Amino acid sequence: MVSGTELRPGPGAAAPRGPRAGELVARWRSLSLVPVLLLLGVIGFVVSPAFLTSDNLLGVAQQSTELGLLVLAEALVLIGGRMDLSLESTIGVAPVVAMWVVLPPDGGRFHGAGLLPGAFSVPVCLLVGALVGGLNAFLILGLRLNGFIVTLGALTTLRGLQIAVSKGQSIVDVPASFGYLGQARWLGAPAAVWLTGLLFLAGGSALTWFRHGRALYAIGGNSEAARAAGIRVDRVTCAVLVLAGVLAAFAGVLYTGHYGSVSANQGSGWIFQVFAATVIGGVGLDGGRGTLFGALTGVLTLQLVVDVMTLAGVPPLWNQFLNGVIIIVALVVSRFASGERQT
Amino acid sequence: MHSSSSSPVPVYSAPRHPVAEADGVSKRFGATVALRSADIAVLPGEAHALVGRNGAGKSTLVGLLTGLLRPDAGVVRFGGEAAPAFGDTRAWRSRVACVHQRSTVLPGLTVTENLFLDRQSASALRPIRWRRLRARAAELLGEYGVDVDPALRARDLTVGQRQFVEIARALSSGARFVVLDEPTARLDARGIDLLFAKLRALRGQGVAFLYISHHLREVYDLCDTVTVLRDARRVVTAPVSGLGHRALVEAMTGDRPSAPGGRASRPAPPRDDDAPVLLSVEGLTLPGVCRDVSFTVRAGEAVGLAGSAASGNVRVGEAVAGLRKAAAGRIAVAGHPVRTGSVPDALAAGIGLVPEDRHAQGLIPARGVGEHVTLSAGKRLGPFGTVLPSRARALADRMIEELDIKVPGPATPIAALSGGNQQKVVVARALAAGPRVLVTIRPADGVDVRSKEFLLGRVRRVADEGRAVLVVSDELDDLRVCDRTLVMCHGRLVGAFGRGWRDRDVVAAMEGVPGASGPAEEPGADGEAADGVRH
Repeated sequence: MVSGTELRPGPGAAAPRGPRAGELVARWRSLSLVPVLLLLGVIGFVVSPAFLTSDNLLGVAQQSTELGLLVLAEALVLIGGRMDLSLESTIGVAPVVAMWVVLPPDGGRFHGAGLLPGAFSVPVCLLVGALVGGLNAFLILGLRLNGFIVTLGALTTLRGLQIAVSKGQSIVDVPASFGYLGQARWLGAPAAVWLTGLLFLAGGSALTWFRHGRALYAIGGNSEAARAAGIRVDRVTCAVLVLAGVLAAFAGVLYTGHYGSVSANQGSGWIFQVFAATVIGGVGLDGGRGTLFGALTGVLTLQLVVDVMTLAGVPPLWNQFLNGVIIIVALVVSRFASGERQT
Repeated sequence: MHSSSSSPVPVYSAPRHPVAEADGVSKRFGATVALRSADIAVLPGEAHALVGRNGAGKSTLVGLLTGLLRPDAGVVRFGGEAAPAFGDTRAWRSRVACVHQRSTVLPGLTVTENLFLDRQSASALRPIRWRRLRARAAELLGEYGVDVDPALRARDLTVGQRQFVEIARALSSGARFVVLDEPTARLDARGIDLLFAKLRALRGQGVAFLYISHHLREVYDLCDTVTVLRDARRVVTAPVSGLGHRALVEAMTGDRPSAPGGRASRPAPPRDDDAPVLLSVEGLTLPGVCRDVSFTVRAGEAVGLAGSAASGNVRVGEAVAGLRKAAAGRIAVAGHPVRTGSVPDALAAGIGLVPEDRHAQGLIPARGVGEHVTLSAGKRLGPFGTVLPSRARALADRMIEELDIKVPGPATPIAALSGGNQQKVVVARALAAGPRVLVTIRPADGVDVRSKEFLLGRVRRVADEGRAVLVVSDELDDLRVCDRTLVMCHGRLVGAFGRGWRDRDVVAAMEGVPGASGPAEEPGADGEAADGVRH
């Protein structure tokens, strides 16, 4: 018998350039923002000498961590063919509930319940995130409600819960263990940057080298086909929704540590940025497409734009306008760089 | 040899203009030439068949004739006049109607709305008269023997009924030229008869058809003229009566076909009646679908489960593969019971599935071929839930080679493949898990002659390797590879046939004609199902 690639015969079927070109296009999609990032780097370098310093770049990296974790969570949910809008509220409500559980009823401006010692604050926060994800999963998968509307309702409900529990005020006296991860520096870089990088790496590995990760693409691409192929569709989807809640809660931990307090509107309005970063990074809104690396480049693009504009002395009042412009421009660029439609 | 053997339709060179014609049309997509200077002319009242293997250019020609694609060269004419401008949908629709291969019925709309989509009233400003429209819809469907409430949503119809909505929509458009792309793929034998009767009546009124089908028998039944496409060219146009079955297949494939029936009709291998029972189904009951269905499949045996669209045979196949939960009954693989309603459990027990509808249940359009064939492979890809790239790659390459899937590389998205290759991918996926029991539902649905022969041969080989195969189908060609064929009608087993059955016996049993069951081999194969005798 013949061996190797020659074995797949057929007149014209095995066009010599075919395989490489096809695979390159598929990979190219998740790299399409890399030139944009490089271009932003060049512009930043030209605009200000302060751009290419480790302080500035690490600052951008740390700024990216909280948004990045939400994007990681949303990317996983979107690849699985679902949506979770409530992430932007989870990042706020989970720390507030954790604070309420661990802070004493007296002393300080904020009166908690003092149920557990301060050391439990991070686990409680993550648990709240898991509960939010689990509740979403129950409503979407158990009761078969529309995911978009369920998580929209959760977004509003959780935001309201946060305001009610915190009485609309920032909580400044957070336990040391809760603030640690957002403040600490490991090996010369913020711990948050290391952790976010590691989580992206873990997520990317799971999507590439683990069956459950690959099942996610199948579920998002065609859940009926995934079911016929023996994938436990509901179980995997549920796990991803819970995981997304936990990641959002963890983003809340980093955010709180970074700014030293749980702010009253922590995460409010972020979901647009989250979706923008995920989609310009090449993750399809209709599921089954995209990579975590692409999503990460999406986050970095948005953050670098803000940084470059600040350094260039653009008045902050223009930030929102320019942010919107860059999202649309990035979409157009990646549409033509990859040649794929993005519906 | 056959190329340019005859100019387009010399036999019918009447003075009148063809109702539709394409003159030297060409179309390319990127580097691929989809159609090379093809001609076709359909005369008024003619039923013109268009045949060719998958990828021969049929869909492209249909696209050009229906205004969905714009030709790179050549012209399309209707009744001797140039075709409307590209994009003028309304003008195109008044000249040509089309029953598309993939369903275009909108599941969320009612039957009435689907039938009269965008022509609910005579003009945009005229209000819609719903009551009259519904009455008209009921009347229209009644002509096809479809008795449904026109206010029902299309998703609540059976597959066959939905297909008739599709057909009725095209045929009632008033166009004098109708393209039918695989219209019978979802119909049972009675539905096909009704459709053909309707088509013949319309022909009598001067309506012309372009009829595309993989079933050459339908071509002989219905059509006057046949045009064969091969490798993006028209190779022959001839009267159907002057072109034998063998010559037609030869024109399609470009070489000599093997004996009719192919591998299917070769002598049966000596079968061991003492071979262990691999699959046993006892008293399977699915509410509203079937009652008390029992059968067994031995190692090395292929058993057919025949039945028309409403018989429930497909549901039984899906239940065996874990897609449906049984209300009562037991399914066991090699004596070990399998929990019903769970595909992972069925997979773990060694049951593989080739699902009925590859688009809905088999394929993930954007993902690569390699990913598909390794989707169900589970632990074969690596320990602890990992997917080791080297093993996945090796398995993908092996399955691509084993099923002769024509594809540039394992990363090629499935959407870029022809129907035959897509179906091979679905079969490859089922086999990649190394099943002991293979359930295939219409394993060669909508694929060309050559792929069909290959796929059925492959299914037979699975049985010859000592595994058990259940072939669920209403296609006689599919059933011919089986050692035994069980027939279902209205949710019950009504007949059993060994090898060498006659077509009409099996068809009669599927249609519920009493007394048609063959030598009963199975318990519960009593030929008198209570309600099996309607029509």
